[in-house]
Amino acid sequence: MATLSFKDFKSNQEVRWCPGCGDHAVLAALQRALPQVSQACNYAKERYVVVSGIGCSSRLPYYMDTYGFHSIHGRATAISTGIKVANPWLTVWQACGDGDALAIGGNHFIHAIRRNIDINIILFNNKIYGLTKGQYSPTSKFGAITKTSPYGTVEHPFNPGSLVLGAKGTFFARSLDVELALNQEIMTNAALHDGTSVMEMLTNCVIFNDGVYKNISDSSVRADRTIVLRHGEKMIFGKNKDKGLVLDGMELKVVTIGQDGYTIDDILVHDAHAENVGIHMMLAEMKYPDFPVALGVIRDVKDVTYDDGVRDQVKDITAKAKIHCMDELLNSGSTWEVK
Amino acid sequence: MQHKVIDAKNVVIRFAGDSGDGMQLTGTLFANTSAVYGNELSTFPDYPAEIRAPQGTVSGVSGYQVHIGSKEVNTPGDYCDMLVAMNPAALKANAKWCKRTATILIDKDAFTDALIEKAGFKTKNPFTELGLDECKLIIAPITTLTEESLKDSGMDKKSIDRCKNMFTLGIAYFLFDRPLEYTFEYIEKKFGKKRPEMVEPNKKVLQDGYNYAANLQMIADTYHIAPAKLKKGTYRNITGNQATAWGLMAAAEKSGLPLFCGSYPITPATEILQELAIHKYLGVKTLQAEDEIAAICMAIGAAFAGNLAVTTTSGPGLSLKSEALGLAVMTELPLVIVDVQRAGPSTGIPTKTEQTDLGQALYGRNGECPIPVLASHSPSNCFDTAFNAAKIALEHMTPVILLSEGFLGNGSEPWLIPRMADYPEIKPPFATKLSEDGTFHPFERDPETLVRKWAIPGQKNFEHRVGGLEKNHTGMLSSDPANHQRMVDERAAKVQKIADFIPELQIDGPEKGKLLVVGWGGTYGHILSAVSQVREAGKTLSRAHFDYIMPVPRNTKKVLEGFETVLVCELNSGQFAGYLRTLFPKANIVSFGKVQGQPFLVNELVDAINKEI
Repeated sequence: MATLSFKDFKSNQEVRWCPGCGDHAVLAALQRALPQVSQACNYAKERYVVVSGIGCSSRLPYYMDTYGFHSIHGRATAISTGIKVANPWLTVWQACGDGDALAIGGNHFIHAIRRNIDINIILFNNKIYGLTKGQYSPTSKFGAITKTSPYGTVEHPFNPGSLVLGAKGTFFARSLDVELALNQEIMTNAALHDGTSVMEMLTNCVIFNDGVYKNISDSSVRADRTIVLRHGEKMIFGKNKDKGLVLDGMELKVVTIGQDGYTIDDILVHDAHAENVGIHMMLAEMKYPDFPVALGVIRDVKDVTYDDGVRDQVKDITAKAKIHCMDELLNSGSTWEVK
Repeated sequence: MQHKVIDAKNVVIRFAGDSGDGMQLTGTLFANTSAVYGNELSTFPDYPAEIRAPQGTVSGVSGYQVHIGSKEVNTPGDYCDMLVAMNPAALKANAKWCKRTATILIDKDAFTDALIEKAGFKTKNPFTELGLDECKLIIAPITTLTEESLKDSGMDKKSIDRCKNMFTLGIAYFLFDRPLEYTFEYIEKKFGKKRPEMVEPNKKVLQDGYNYAANLQMIADTYHIAPAKLKKGTYRNITGNQATAWGLMAAAEKSGLPLFCGSYPITPATEILQELAIHKYLGVKTLQAEDEIAAICMAIGAAFAGNLAVTTTSGPGLSLKSEALGLAVMTELPLVIVDVQRAGPSTGIPTKTEQTDLGQALYGRNGECPIPVLASHSPSNCFDTAFNAAKIALEHMTPVILLSEGFLGNGSEPWLIPRMADYPEIKPPFATKLSEDGTFHPFERDPETLVRKWAIPGQKNFEHRVGGLEKNHTGMLSSDPANHQRMVDERAAKVQKIADFIPELQIDGPEKGKLLVVGWGGTYGHILSAVSQVREAGKTLSRAHFDYIMPVPRNTKKVLEGFETVLVCELNSGQFAGYLRTLFPKANIVSFGKVQGQPFLVNELVDAINKEI
């Protein structure tokens, strides 16, 4: 199979996102990650299907030179599910926004995760409705002032990570739009994961929610306010790589290595494969300023996938079946002759 | 009393009892025995929405009507010749369905003062109170006799009580001169392997019921219903929902595509999903979705991925699926949506039948959004209609709505088993050629049929994007006014052109005249019987029945305009009549509708027809 490059995944359609929108960077990461995925998994280009719902980020399939399906608001996860179950040989990628996946499509989102269907969901979280021009979303912070909440929202936001893990998610990763290399790494890991992979991309909406992640993503503070988790590596962060996470009783705690008696040996090692979801939940819920925001693959565990389950069941039942075609079925059971 | 055997052409029997009394099974066994015996038959389960309503109350009564005959059994019958009432509530709920001189069999043990009062009777004589004094009563202590029959079986009292229906069935078999063998075989098959100790007691109680009736002096008459002159061949019983499932599977076999069903349980459509779930060994995939919207969207995804995709539902579910139906129209993907209609609006009366979703099927979407609509007209016809719906969807690249009805889905009839060799091939328009620019243009059309080509993910070099946004022929997004008009017109014309591929409307009777009686869907048998009755009275009239509703058969205009009056009979307030008026303003269309959650009665149709002649 010929080696693919990012150009193979670029379609001829003009990208219509606003200049400076975080979605551009995520698209670039995906176009660069898929050649790596193809190499790692031996996927030909025609096996990729990119699905989306409605919203700014859901335009993404038009910009990918793959099979694509731009569906309706909230339903991308259900469409992806149908595609994957109908033909498990395809590799399904999904682009959806925070309103799309967590408000109108919340039901499909949690149930796909519960079933553990082998699809790769990129959740573009800009904490705002962009395409309808600036209304609050299910991830907007409590009190957010938007066009539909001129005096501030009085509702609590979802943390997509807790939602995924609460729904028995087997793969959850988080990143910032600007982290091009990390995003490719996450996308490749997601592709290698059997089951539903959710990648939350914290994206900046330059028009309606500009700077929503500035306090963690700005290059002057990012190293101190985020932590990149990698399986098997110490949970260390900070410009000087001198801060880390430890367990203090049942809680996570930020410490400085070399202070208060903490040494490098005290720092936790990230185990993305741990069955127990407890520490993954705590990592996913870390918030600035008390904690660094966790980026990277937070959870990646093996479990039975729905599509494999269906395939195995069909294989098993077919092997035992005594009826092999419609004529046999029509004449099976209780019948009688009229002579 | 002198015992006499009456030769009857047709007899209608109605079994009624508490939801837990096993009346659906009793009715089914009676129907199956009659089918094997060689009668024509039609059945109508009439059951409450409650799974187990309070015992002895009218709301908990479950009924099953069987119409058997030597010929011309088109409906389950309007009124019954015999009612089996297992308790006073069953009598009260079903008295209105009894002929004036019907025979009524009751369980004497259940007609206690307490139960008579619980059923809401004001006096201690329910028969007089209900005006049933001209009926012949057979009062049998069924509970006591069942207990007596099984006292040495070692079964507990509760299990023995549950055999009451078998004793009752034995009585019915004697009264209608039915053989017991079929039911013996059923008992052996059902219990033989899992609970062999249940075989002999069940057979014994059935035989004891039969013997009891044979010895009973009170029974004056028994009926003999000679076998019908049926076409030679192998028969089976089939319900509408089972036939729908099998028809879809047959289409999958003929097209060589896997069958995918995304569905959410909903009365009265659930049995289709259940039936399909059994047959995974024939390449069927079923996915019980988290909701109705997910169900259709999963099916749309499966269609995009190259399966024969279906979703099954009832009216409220179809409402939820509306937006996704538009997506299937816009992406021009093949999809079959089965709506087994029930009484609406909203939750309505879930277990009762209606034809009130026609308007929703035709128009219930945003934008200009034409979808072909087909309707099944009898339980076994559901097989052919489902096959045809799938064939149209796959060959014309369009979603198709198949309307069934609770009456058809739950009803059953004997069916001459077809051979798959007699069904046509299904040939989807798979994409084989790229356009001149070396890419696949998803919305380029066949100049004759206006059907687009189907390129399935996995096909090298045919990568393309579909979606809900308007596109041009190449598949590029387009909000160009002229392009939108063109695409709207083409999608509509594509659906209209299906008329070239479906049969013409058949006229039963003269091609021109005073009156044409028109129906669609499950009213077929009732209209057929009513028209026959009017003809027997010496009047001339014609009849036509629509299996294809959108588009209508190509000769429809000619047919309708050949009559002074077109009487459209349907179980709604005139939806099809209104549709035909819009399409054929010159035809004189009169509407006869009924919205009571019940099928037509032949008698009321006869009256309606006579008013127009």
